[in-house]
Amino acid sequence: MAEWKMIDGYEMIIGLEVHVELKTRTKIFCSCSTTYGAAPNTQCCPVCMGYPGTLPVLNGEVVHYAALAGLALGCDIALYSKQDRKNYFYPDLPKAYQISQFDLPLCLGGGLDVEMPAGVKHIGITRIHIEEDAGKLIHDERGTLIDCNRCGVPLIEIVSEPDIRTPQEAAAYLRKLRTVILYTGVSDCRMNEGSLRCDVNLSIRKPGEPLGTRTEMKNLNSFQSVQRAIEAEYIRQVEAVRRGEAILQETRRFDQATGLTYAMRRKENAHDYRYFPEPDLPPLVLTSEQIGAWRSELPALPDERKAAYVRDYGLTSYAAEQISSSKVVADWFEEAAASTHAVKTLVNLMTTEVFRLMAADDELIPMSALHLAKIADMLQEGEINGGTAKRTIAALWLHDEDPSAFVERSGLKQINDVAELTLLVRRAIDENPAMVEKYRKGKETMKKALMGAAMGLCGGRANPVKLQRLMDQALDN
Amino acid sequence: MSIMDMPLTELTWRLASREITSVEVTRAFMAQEDSIGAFITRCDDALLQAERADRLRAEGDAHPLCGVPVAVKDNICTAGVRTSCASRMLENFVPPYNATAWQRMQQAGCVLLGKTNMDEFGMGSSTENSAFCVTRNPHNTGHVPGGSSGGSAAAVAAGLAPAALGSDTGGSVRQPAAFCGVVGMKPTYGTVSRYGLVAFASSLDTIGPVTSTVADNAMILDVLAGADPLDATSARREHLPMAGQISQGVKGLVIGIPAELLAEGVSADVRHAVESAAHALEAQGARVEEISLPHAQQALPAYYVLSSAEASSNLARYDGVRYGRRAKEYDDLDDLYVRSRSEGFGEEVKRRILLGTYALSAGYYDAYYKTAQQVRQLVKQDFHVAFTRCDALLSPVAATGAWRFGEKTDPTEMYMSDLHTVPASLAGIPALSVPFGKDSRGLPLGVQLMGRPFEERLLYRIGHVLEVIQHG
Repeated sequence: MAEWKMIDGYEMIIGLEVHVELKTRTKIFCSCSTTYGAAPNTQCCPVCMGYPGTLPVLNGEVVHYAALAGLALGCDIALYSKQDRKNYFYPDLPKAYQISQFDLPLCLGGGLDVEMPAGVKHIGITRIHIEEDAGKLIHDERGTLIDCNRCGVPLIEIVSEPDIRTPQEAAAYLRKLRTVILYTGVSDCRMNEGSLRCDVNLSIRKPGEPLGTRTEMKNLNSFQSVQRAIEAEYIRQVEAVRRGEAILQETRRFDQATGLTYAMRRKENAHDYRYFPEPDLPPLVLTSEQIGAWRSELPALPDERKAAYVRDYGLTSYAAEQISSSKVVADWFEEAAASTHAVKTLVNLMTTEVFRLMAADDELIPMSALHLAKIADMLQEGEINGGTAKRTIAALWLHDEDPSAFVERSGLKQINDVAELTLLVRRAIDENPAMVEKYRKGKETMKKALMGAAMGLCGGRANPVKLQRLMDQALDN
Repeated sequence: MSIMDMPLTELTWRLASREITSVEVTRAFMAQEDSIGAFITRCDDALLQAERADRLRAEGDAHPLCGVPVAVKDNICTAGVRTSCASRMLENFVPPYNATAWQRMQQAGCVLLGKTNMDEFGMGSSTENSAFCVTRNPHNTGHVPGGSSGGSAAAVAAGLAPAALGSDTGGSVRQPAAFCGVVGMKPTYGTVSRYGLVAFASSLDTIGPVTSTVADNAMILDVLAGADPLDATSARREHLPMAGQISQGVKGLVIGIPAELLAEGVSADVRHAVESAAHALEAQGARVEEISLPHAQQALPAYYVLSSAEASSNLARYDGVRYGRRAKEYDDLDDLYVRSRSEGFGEEVKRRILLGTYALSAGYYDAYYKTAQQVRQLVKQDFHVAFTRCDALLSPVAATGAWRFGEKTDPTEMYMSDLHTVPASLAGIPALSVPFGKDSRGLPLGVQLMGRPFEERLLYRIGHVLEVIQHG
């Protein structure tokens, strides 16, 4: 995506509200399962369907998970917070109110540093609160159907400061946010399954002027549509202001097909949520000891790991960022790095072969970290060459086994024996007199072709450095 | 003594000694004609339940209440039995679950006789706001039974049930108990689980027993009380049994009479009843003092703001989408909501929803809801101060006895009748209504005893003394 350009000196002021589904085993206020993808209305009960007389009871794990996310994002966890009712009518909301948090959320403050081409940018986080998800409406030829499985699935809403100034910063913030939350393990953050959803608040102004009126775009379900929606809404607002029109505070919908934003019906913009404290649930009181214990559960976070990789393994900032951006990958890398002395070689294999295979394989690593470490060792020791290392990784990706067993069985062990190598050079020269002829007449590239022929004769197993030296001697002396 | 006149203490003793069976008791109560309109639903399977209870008893180790038939207010969910809240909205609603309160009674072996009439969703003080039927005061059928638990109080008073469950948000157990001459307890908020009690005002709703004697009341509360994992506001404390622990008398107790609750507007009969009760307690060795609850008068408007605000949210779920009444014809989603709710709710319920919605609206929240919460804190504080000097407080339950049908038509006049009961509701403290005296028309009156949180037993002790004085 092309870098965004300011029009007429208007900057955009963006704040993001990100909803993340917590992967607690059960729902926030009842013991129904939260598993995604079950048949409609098979994971609901009188409580999450808002039947008369039923009451919510807060799942303690939700507070635990939300606090872990808050701690990982540098927030303060409130010792005293409360839950509130947000009242509105909609068929996917069985109680006609959502239990959320209004003026006293669980987490306050915090922020993320995101890596931008121009340098590191800090984006503040205002607050994180816990709330329940609504159900899902399905529109088909029978009419509108309601699936209550998602009713009461726990969510956290992460509200950023209006610190974001470009679509790229918005995407970088989201990516980093996702990374950190995946690290904590409290959510799968799958945008396609709706376990990470993003609302964008956007206004424009000339730098230094007061903030303009903001509009909100809800439920954007991919990083790409967030960026596109921001670009479209920015252009719309700039054009409106240039025509002398006022920007209305409203909720707008981003249409994937047209790439434009549209105002929602007025009625949907006329909400007065009539928040008030949820009388069915006592205030949420935590102790510093509890919060301290949760803090100690957090794994080393991506920024910390990245710094350590640069410092301890001499990785480039780029490679360190790549490896630390996923906890699974970072853990795997650390396991491999701890059992090899050839760390540089390991990093090379990691950032080329492993990343390439992962990209095609849904971020999964099916082979043992210790096996990659062994391949790095074998490569460093000259037991195999680079090509064999690649072939071995690809093979183990499909069927994991001890790499030396694979190399041995496949006859891929590198040929280091000078007599054997000399024989290969001899045969290559004897079988390709035309090439030798051309080389002697000054065509330098023919040496490379003869190397290739020699390699071809042994299935690529020759030690390339030694083979080269012998080839040089044979041709040039 | 006929079965219908026996207090629970007597009935349970006879059941335990196998003198009578649950089937006999239940048949006797089911044979009674409900001429006063106490019930919305009577359970056809009551005798089957009674047979089960008798078998349970025969197997031994039965709960003392095993086989006792009871009536339950129609806003307390009973699995498989229609629970309508006396509303067209839930006319055909059959819950698939039990309220914890009823669950506990069922586990003890109680038999469900039926579901009693009430003001729709508990909103009213005369049971006239029922969508289905009129309940008459058994002492004079031209008079209201009080409300909103009018059906429960009338059923016990008329000998249609030996005991009943009611619910009390701002006086709905205490006031009808007084009007019908029976004993009604509003326990401390949190003593009895609210799970399955159809919510009116969540921070005020309580479930309490209605019985003919104080000892009976304690027996039922012993079954109901206790922490419930399904209700986050239920008190996490051990409930110590009270039945049989209430006859220690009142010697040495300090009983306060809040001056504000005996002020202007209280009828001479009621004033006389409270004063007689005070003298009687003094004669038994208690010290009676006049005290002040400075914010008692502000409690009423605060109560109506808070209870209506919560109700507007609690009743929003009745939207015609998943269960309950749905309008037959509608144009679109909003029309479905508007029509279903317009058809389903009665006038008083609509009035409270409007009131509560207004009180929570942007721009009005601070003036109404927030101010009312502050008043609530002041009322709590008043009681706290009073209970540093007094062990319990004595007051009227209502300014008058039961009024005639149609006598009160103005909603605010009706609201005013809750003046004496709402302070204890706002403070969440226990309050007991015990019959004491008669009004000039010969209708029963009651007095109210209020106590410190979780001191229901002390109220029963004092109530028992008053009962003995009255009946010898």
